[in-house]
Amino acid sequence: MTNLIILPILIPLFTGVVLIFLNKRITGQRVVAIFSSIGTMIAAGVIVQKVRTDGIQSLNVSSWDAPFGITLVSDMFSALLVLITSIIAFACLIYSFKSIGQEREKYYYYAVFNFLLVGVNGAFTTGDIFNLFVFFEVMLMSSYVLLVLGGTKIQLRESIKYLLVNVISSALFVVAVAYLYSVVGTLNMAHISSRINEISVNGMPGILTVIAVLFLIVFGLKGAIFPLYFWMPGSYYAPPAPVLTLFGALLTKVGVYSITRTYTLFFYHDMDAFGILTILAILSIVFGVIGAIAYWDIKNIIIYNIIIAVGVILYGVSVLNTASLTGAVYYLIHDMLIKAALFLLVGIVITITGTSNLRNISGLITRYPGLGWTFFIAALALAGIPPLSGFVGKLLIVQGGFEGESFIGGFITLMSSLLVLFSVMKIFINGFWGKDRTYGGEEKAPVKQLLIAPAILVAISALYGIGSEFILPYISQAADTLLNPKLYIDAVLKE
Amino acid sequence: MEILMAFVIGILFSTATYLMLSKSLLRIIVGTGLLSHGAHLLILTMGGLKRGSAPILGGNAESYTDPLPQALILTAIVISFGVTAFFLVLAYRAYQELGTDNVEEMRGTEKDD
Amino acid sequence: MRKTNNIILETAVKVLLFFIALYSVYIFTAGHYYPGGGFIGGLMTAGAIVLLLITYDIKTVTKILPVNYRILTAIGLLFAIGTSAGSLIYDLPFLTHAFGDVHLPLLGELSIHTATLFDLGVYFVVVGVTMTIIQTIGEDE
Repeated sequence: MTNLIILPILIPLFTGVVLIFLNKRITGQRVVAIFSSIGTMIAAGVIVQKVRTDGIQSLNVSSWDAPFGITLVSDMFSALLVLITSIIAFACLIYSFKSIGQEREKYYYYAVFNFLLVGVNGAFTTGDIFNLFVFFEVMLMSSYVLLVLGGTKIQLRESIKYLLVNVISSALFVVAVAYLYSVVGTLNMAHISSRINEISVNGMPGILTVIAVLFLIVFGLKGAIFPLYFWMPGSYYAPPAPVLTLFGALLTKVGVYSITRTYTLFFYHDMDAFGILTILAILSIVFGVIGAIAYWDIKNIIIYNIIIAVGVILYGVSVLNTASLTGAVYYLIHDMLIKAALFLLVGIVITITGTSNLRNISGLITRYPGLGWTFFIAALALAGIPPLSGFVGKLLIVQGGFEGESFIGGFITLMSSLLVLFSVMKIFINGFWGKDRTYGGEEKAPVKQLLIAPAILVAISALYGIGSEFILPYISQAADTLLNPKLYIDAVLKE
Repeated sequence: MEILMAFVIGILFSTATYLMLSKSLLRIIVGTGLLSHGAHLLILTMGGLKRGSAPILGGNAESYTDPLPQALILTAIVISFGVTAFFLVLAYRAYQELGTDNVEEMRGTEKDD
Repeated sequence: MRKTNNIILETAVKVLLFFIALYSVYIFTAGHYYPGGGFIGGLMTAGAIVLLLITYDIKTVTKILPVNYRILTAIGLLFAIGTSAGSLIYDLPFLTHAFGDVHLPLLGELSIHTATLFDLGVYFVVVGVTMTIIQTIGEDE
């Protein structure tokens, strides 16, 4: 089937449109949304298997041959990310059923949810730099709507800041694409890569470093690296748990994916740009850790943990050898799963207690043991305790760092694990142990049903860690493509 | 011609920056509009300003224009149109709810709510 | 609100509206081979409706044109996706279009392209989105 790789984009798009018609029928919306989510998951799974057996898949949309038309490309990296996105979306969806509230459901929540997936899956799959911009905008527009849906004061206030930051970064994206086009005269990512390779025989021209840094700023704003994460704690604080999960687990990772893709495909000659990336990645880890330790607010602790993870992944990318890239891909997938689970768990805690201030929470484990232990496992996985999934990824990244003689970065990554463990254990010890209290919102909270989604994610993440032997071939295939741009170019341009 | 365009783009960007640094929400929105205009002009200029006929198969002309920047600019304009419209609606709603269009007063931390 | 006396505008709009609407249809169809198309045509139609809104108030306009613009947007999207996804049935890459010439009595040669249907979708989406935005801002005055 020629059009296989477009299905994870097309199914949510079609569903989103159908859901607009169903806006008054909540049950109907839920049924359609859940079926489409399952469909997307199956399609994504098939793509991963197809890429595993037949190599990189590409689709020339509208039958215009590459590099003239828009090309969609699924290599193992993007196929895996699309699969994980679909799984997280499924979990968020079943969590939303019990928690999001009828008001939002009537106001096109599920439709916008699906449009967001269109943007995310599209950004992962596209092989055209301008098309990446378009999918970014689809994703951002949906995120604006999701952020503001509900219309409380804090949401409106934070949406304005979030929107302004993203409008500026979009303008910079356009500028970066324009510069790039003026240098290489093409927009197809594979074609750009081969053209840059041609002009970089005698060293990279300075303008390409400028472009590389511009891309770093644009994607760094989305991915929340140091020093561009300033907007994130505020904006991510505002929306309800499932939306926060989508943002925290998916949107920032799209930024990370784009940095990884552009840097490994375009700018692999440019050691200056990679130097900047390394420094920023390490600083992100440091500042993220400071934030995560300092806060006594459970939402903020997890939000700052996003920044740490982004730093760790990008550090792995910036070292650019087999071990570190394999680790980065492995850790990226681990982090998406476990962050989603943690955000959903934090959402449950907030539903029960009505507060996110850790000082006002204690003793949850006496009445909610399931919640407590799921959180415990998720926290251990986040910190990278073997045999859970964070361990393998971090090990490979650190190994790659030491092989690449980047000892400071490797050391900081190792140290950050300890402090991450401290930051999440702080939540566990203060929030779950101690004296049992009664809270306001308790009777209403359907904790058992809410717990299904994060439990699924934690289970998948645990399997992902224990079964790493089985999964590593997939990950190494993804890292291989990132290390050898030739594979990507040949698959797209079919030369 | 490219030099002139560079100046125009520079003026647009600096005006946009100035406007976005002000405190009134409406000025900020106008600023984002100007910023995207600057970016769009930049696409057009970066493709190289050329005179010539439309690049259609079978046509016989001395020179052809590059259709790609035009396609890109159109897409970018449509997107910035949508975003600006959304921003306006959002600003209006925020003005109603918060009772202010001064971003200074929108500072606030989570503790206020 | 004080009712302003804008009899000239009201009379002029009654005539102008049809010209604008007709011209927007012309622009839409011209987009087949010349400058024009769904986006600009849709904007023009939306402009006509906005002119109506300026002249009369929202209540009157909803009485004249009882359209749910959100649904219109969805219909437009459905057109666009449907046309693009049609190629899936023939196992051709997404968005591949079909075209051909048809001989019609009276009208003569007419070239038909599935992209027109796509453009019609764009037209609906643009009208729908623009009007939704304007209604959202104008609604609670």
